[in-house]
Amino acid sequence: MSSEHIDDVSGISTTGHEWDGIKELNNPLPRWWVITFYVTIIWAVGYTIAYPAWPMLSSATKGVLGYSSRNDVRNELAAAEAAKGKYVAAIQEKTVSQIAADDALREFAVAAGGATFKVNCVQCHGSGAQGSKGFPNLNDDDWLWGGMATQVEQTIMHGIRFASDPDTRQSEMPAFGAIITGDQIKQVSAYVAGLSGPVQNKGLIEPGAKVFAENCVACHGANAKGNREFGAPDLTDAIWLYGSGETAIAAQVREPKHGVMPAWIGRLGETKVKELAVYVHSLGGGK
Amino acid sequence: MAVTIRRKFEIGDFAMRFGTEIVLLSLFAFAALVAAGFGADEPFRQHMWVLFFAVAGFTAILLRKTEFKPAAPIDPEAYMDGPVRYGAIATMFWGVVGMLVGVVIALQLAYPDLNIQPWFNFGRLRPLHTSGVVFAFGGNALLCTSLYVVQRTCRARLFGGDLAWFVFWGYQLFIVMAATGYLLGITESREYAEPEWYVDIWLTIVWVAYLLLFLGTIMKRKEPHIYVANWFYLSFIVTIAMLHVVNNLSMPASFLGSKSYSAFSGVQDALTQWWYGHNAVGFFLTAGFLGMMYYFVPKQANRPVYSYRLSIIHFWAIIFLYIWAGPHHLHYTALPDWAQTLGMVFSIMLWMPSWGGMINGLMTLSGAWDKIRTDPIIRMMVMAIAFYGMSTFEGPMMSIKTVNSLSHYTDWTIGHVHSGALGWVGMISFGAIYYMVPKLWNRQRLYSLRLVTWHFWLATLGIVVYAAVMWVSGIMQGLMWREYDEQGFLVYSFAETVAAMHPYYVMRAAGGALYLSGALLMAWNITMTILGYQREEQPLPGSEPALQLAE
Repeated sequence: MSSEHIDDVSGISTTGHEWDGIKELNNPLPRWWVITFYVTIIWAVGYTIAYPAWPMLSSATKGVLGYSSRNDVRNELAAAEAAKGKYVAAIQEKTVSQIAADDALREFAVAAGGATFKVNCVQCHGSGAQGSKGFPNLNDDDWLWGGMATQVEQTIMHGIRFASDPDTRQSEMPAFGAIITGDQIKQVSAYVAGLSGPVQNKGLIEPGAKVFAENCVACHGANAKGNREFGAPDLTDAIWLYGSGETAIAAQVREPKHGVMPAWIGRLGETKVKELAVYVHSLGGGK
Repeated sequence: MAVTIRRKFEIGDFAMRFGTEIVLLSLFAFAALVAAGFGADEPFRQHMWVLFFAVAGFTAILLRKTEFKPAAPIDPEAYMDGPVRYGAIATMFWGVVGMLVGVVIALQLAYPDLNIQPWFNFGRLRPLHTSGVVFAFGGNALLCTSLYVVQRTCRARLFGGDLAWFVFWGYQLFIVMAATGYLLGITESREYAEPEWYVDIWLTIVWVAYLLLFLGTIMKRKEPHIYVANWFYLSFIVTIAMLHVVNNLSMPASFLGSKSYSAFSGVQDALTQWWYGHNAVGFFLTAGFLGMMYYFVPKQANRPVYSYRLSIIHFWAIIFLYIWAGPHHLHYTALPDWAQTLGMVFSIMLWMPSWGGMINGLMTLSGAWDKIRTDPIIRMMVMAIAFYGMSTFEGPMMSIKTVNSLSHYTDWTIGHVHSGALGWVGMISFGAIYYMVPKLWNRQRLYSLRLVTWHFWLATLGIVVYAAVMWVSGIMQGLMWREYDEQGFLVYSFAETVAAMHPYYVMRAAGGALYLSGALLMAWNITMTILGYQREEQPLPGSEPALQLAE
């Protein structure tokens, strides 16, 4: 029968059917294809014997290798915890200053704190801890609440102006827009700007110094160096949280922005907070 | 007989053309209007306005085209190619739209400022792209080619009179409702099945009509045997019906509202979704388009199919194995280990059955290999089959758990999907449309074969850029996510991995733009062909017998 239907080009017989001019050759399955298909099937059967695979009435076959992805995760996590165990135990016992003084411990804490920082802190402080407007740069030594490791630890643990933590760092500069006149605000802004940079109207500086002495020294100090007890910033350096220049300073005098940092103790736990404190302390500005 | 099934609306002695359709559509439009008025939530009311205007507009068009005289008799032997012609145009239209949205969202990933809230943000445009290319472009390509192929390989006119028109227009309505729903923020959040319950019900109706249309035509066939392309098309239609219905089982919060709750929850829901999602790839994007390949490659090459036996074996092997492979999308999740194992081993076993299609497609060209050089349409089809082979190897490989632990959730998966979608689905559809259009409109040839060559190179370059870039960025992303320092801590934050991918996102958008520009050339070429123009151009080298030098 097949001899009646031979494809001229290949010399292979066709099945004898034709659909809209399409014929089908009677070629056998390619051998390599069949063999590879069988190999994958045999491998698949073997794999399902080795690993959990076939569902039964109430559970599935466990596989002769005893593999379980949950156990794998558990073991890997336990091994990772064990490898870190002695460091973590030491960190739990010691204070941040002691950790920072111990080379091996500090190295570990910096690595651990860096990892925690990348997940929890970069959203505000930036991936290089460089900060941005409203979020302090953590690389410099211009600290609002103190740059000792213990002070950094306190800040991270309880946050800043974080209402639900009773130990949070608290300070609030009054809105001077309701206390002094608009002219006085211009004057004091010119004075403050002049402490670290150029001022447009130098005539405002002198009356500004008077306004400053009457209203600002209680927190920022007579020399305007600030006070870390109250989180009052140093006004003599050129580092500005809410922007430099007289206009930005005036806005902050008139109606100050009060940034909030959450308390991290509840979320991260004491060990991680300590590691973070050592990490931040190590960034360059630590006292 | 088809003629008698055709319904008539009798007014006196005259039969009103589209009479029944106009009455039913008016009622449908009225129902949409009522729903727009009484809808339980704002998005639903907006969506019903869209439905009202779509259906009312369609009714108005039918009213303008109606006439009161007896319908012209229909030759029951002639093929019904009207819906196929509309389908070819719809394929081109939705293809360009879907690919354009793809380029837009690729740019949104590179430049987040391009997110325009709320209608055109990434979250709403992404399903518009996926549904647009898979269901609107791919779906119309499958719909029109299946109706073209089934008639010719069965030597039978489409079953059911105007049923094919209902399927065509019903499917377009589904697309419009799905697309506008996404933009309005209406979603079930089930990947590749985002439309809400009422759109799902409509698609079910249309799909069952499609099944009846296709099966009915096969039943009417005048050939003793059913051609292999029709097995693939039928398996695609049947399986998609099952997948669609089960995956979308849900309870509406209100029958006049746009929210529904899935019948499944937790890991069962995840598995149902990936059983659906993976087999949408398997039966929509693989089996359906293999059907396309089995008709258009032998026709364009004018060669017999390489092996009948291979076609049977690989068909049944694909059908049996594919349906179990879905769990490989849920490796290392809450899914029990045994299901993960089975998902993986079935994926590995699927490798050769998938390649059976590649062998049969490529080897059909034996005796006609020279056409790759001379015929850009064959070249397109061969490139499609090559990408099919590449991505059906890559898929099983990525399903291996150790590979998957690196590749999962990364851009590698996106690259894999696109080498299949742009390379296989896109190119085989382009080839089929280029083949069909001159025949459907009785044109001697395409407007320009040189434009097809341009399309081929733009598309190929686009895919290569896209896939290569996604491999690099995906593997980089996976490696960055899992990189630990000596102390056992993660080296990179998530944001750092995102920043590292920016250049690749830009290059990916460029690859997509190349592919889109090829599709635009095609739209131009097809339009001119339909309008009856033929471009005066030098024939492609080798496409005509060279003049022999006198000895």
